[in-house]
Amino acid sequence: MTETENNKKLSKEDVQKVSELAMLNLDESQVEAFTPQLESILDLASELDAFDLDKFEPTAHPFGLQNVFRDDEIERVDVKQGALATAPDVEANQFKVPPALGEER
Amino acid sequence: MSQKTAVQLAQEIRSGSVSAVSVTEAALAQIETKDGEINAFNTVAGEQALAQAEAVDKKVAAGEEVGPLAGVPVAVKDNMCTKNIATTCSSKMLEGWVPPYDATVVEKLSAADAVMIGKTNMDEFAMGSSTENSAFGPTKNPLDTSRVPGGSSGGSAAAVAADYVPLSLGSDTGGSIRQPASLCGIVGMKPTYGSVSRYGLVAFASSLDQIGPFSKNVSDNALLYDAIAGHDQRDSTSIAQQHTRVLPHLAEGVSLEGLRVGVIKELSTPGVEGFEPEVLARTGEASDALLAAGAKVDQVSVPAIKAALSAYYMIAPAEASSNLARFDGVRYGLREDGGNTAAMMRASRTAGFGDEVKRRIMVGTYALSAGYFDAFYGKAQQLRSYLIAEFAAIYKDFDVLLSPTSPCVAFEFGAKEDPVSMYLNDWATIPVNLAGLPAVSVPFKTGAHGLPVGVQVIAPMLEEVKMYRVAKALEEASK
Repeated sequence: MTETENNKKLSKEDVQKVSELAMLNLDESQVEAFTPQLESILDLASELDAFDLDKFEPTAHPFGLQNVFRDDEIERVDVKQGALATAPDVEANQFKVPPALGEER
Repeated sequence: MSQKTAVQLAQEIRSGSVSAVSVTEAALAQIETKDGEINAFNTVAGEQALAQAEAVDKKVAAGEEVGPLAGVPVAVKDNMCTKNIATTCSSKMLEGWVPPYDATVVEKLSAADAVMIGKTNMDEFAMGSSTENSAFGPTKNPLDTSRVPGGSSGGSAAAVAADYVPLSLGSDTGGSIRQPASLCGIVGMKPTYGSVSRYGLVAFASSLDQIGPFSKNVSDNALLYDAIAGHDQRDSTSIAQQHTRVLPHLAEGVSLEGLRVGVIKELSTPGVEGFEPEVLARTGEASDALLAAGAKVDQVSVPAIKAALSAYYMIAPAEASSNLARFDGVRYGLREDGGNTAAMMRASRTAGFGDEVKRRIMVGTYALSAGYFDAFYGKAQQLRSYLIAEFAAIYKDFDVLLSPTSPCVAFEFGAKEDPVSMYLNDWATIPVNLAGLPAVSVPFKTGAHGLPVGVQVIAPMLEEVKMYRVAKALEEASK
């Protein structure tokens, strides 16, 4: 990735696209407001170009993650009192959502 | 009550000379009188708190063993799950959500016989440095109500600074405990990553988040840290070793003879950009105080710090965009109507999240998207490796590092409306999270407008004892 690509201007279309990927609805005025803000945040990344980082492996976690195992023991959980208790809509002990293929409103 | 430390209170309650119920009632009365203005709390759990206090008094009366936090009221940031008590993250998304379980730290507070008094206000989903991003209105700084308390754990800091409670819990992803501690003139500590369980903490950036204590003084801080630290099999990132208590090491007089302190040049040199001159002056005086206490003090350069903020503002939003994908109106929280599932999800997220949360989700989504991943997220992760390597090399020659906590004292509401200018507040605290190190902010005299200045002591992983001993010396010196 070159510096010029890194400093590329963020377009309103980019912000619209990203909002769709992020499952957020933005209207015209919000796209207008967010575009320069997101651009200035992404501009911070240009500071990284001042360093030669090629020899460093990426770190995702401060001291590396290891798989953690435990015995596979069956535990009883009351889903009605637990996970389902505060769900917006429930039917037959399951989370209920609108039709996946229905019309948008 | 305000004059008593948590250590004293626990002792008096344990001995039966003071009842836990009377202490809890006093705290609730303080909140009732003052919190209309300060707004430190989202939820005050008066009934549950009094029941907990009664149980402690009964134990004392029966001569039973009572825990280290016997009857001490503790406030908890509203992003830690509390069974049967609302947990909102100061977001419309979770308004009214009542978790079916307790976070590990909340269980540990109960096990230590603390009294959980309520849930504190914060920047929405812990994203911010002023608590202005709360969906339920900002928290005011108790020292000057025209100013912010810092953030994101501003409510927890204000609850202690306003003398409601001697102790509170916050979470720190890029400075969210240390910076509000600095702005409110109290002690705030971010432990080594993995030393306190994150089970039940609503995730913001999982590789950076850590829960830690607020208090008025260093010993109280260690008392609460000792109560919450330790391995938890429900958190796969929890360090698999037993916690060794810190507080007993602070009992004897603190000598720093032979201790090597490095003052971080990039954050402390007089005239360094973005820092108030008074803040830098106090940091210089703090390093002089450590020298006078017997430590060996030198300047040290950590060049990677210059880009740590940039790396953080790629990594934290990237992790947040993934973590906050779970808020989609299906399993918990807000649901808005939509003709189909996807429309319902978009409508719920659009109505539930505030602007700063949306900004960060979008930055993270962008940084992780095809074609940009290497330049943004990938490079930030490489910087993280470089920073960790630099700290490791420096800690061969130094025991602890010193810097200011915040570049400035508490600022006025609305003073930093541009997102990036707000982010710059985290300049000195962020490198610590990227490297997983422990660090504490200790109040050290005052700066502009007579407001408190905090200095930061950073230690190598799991060296909280060394860190607290230096903090204690600074506390002595600032008196």
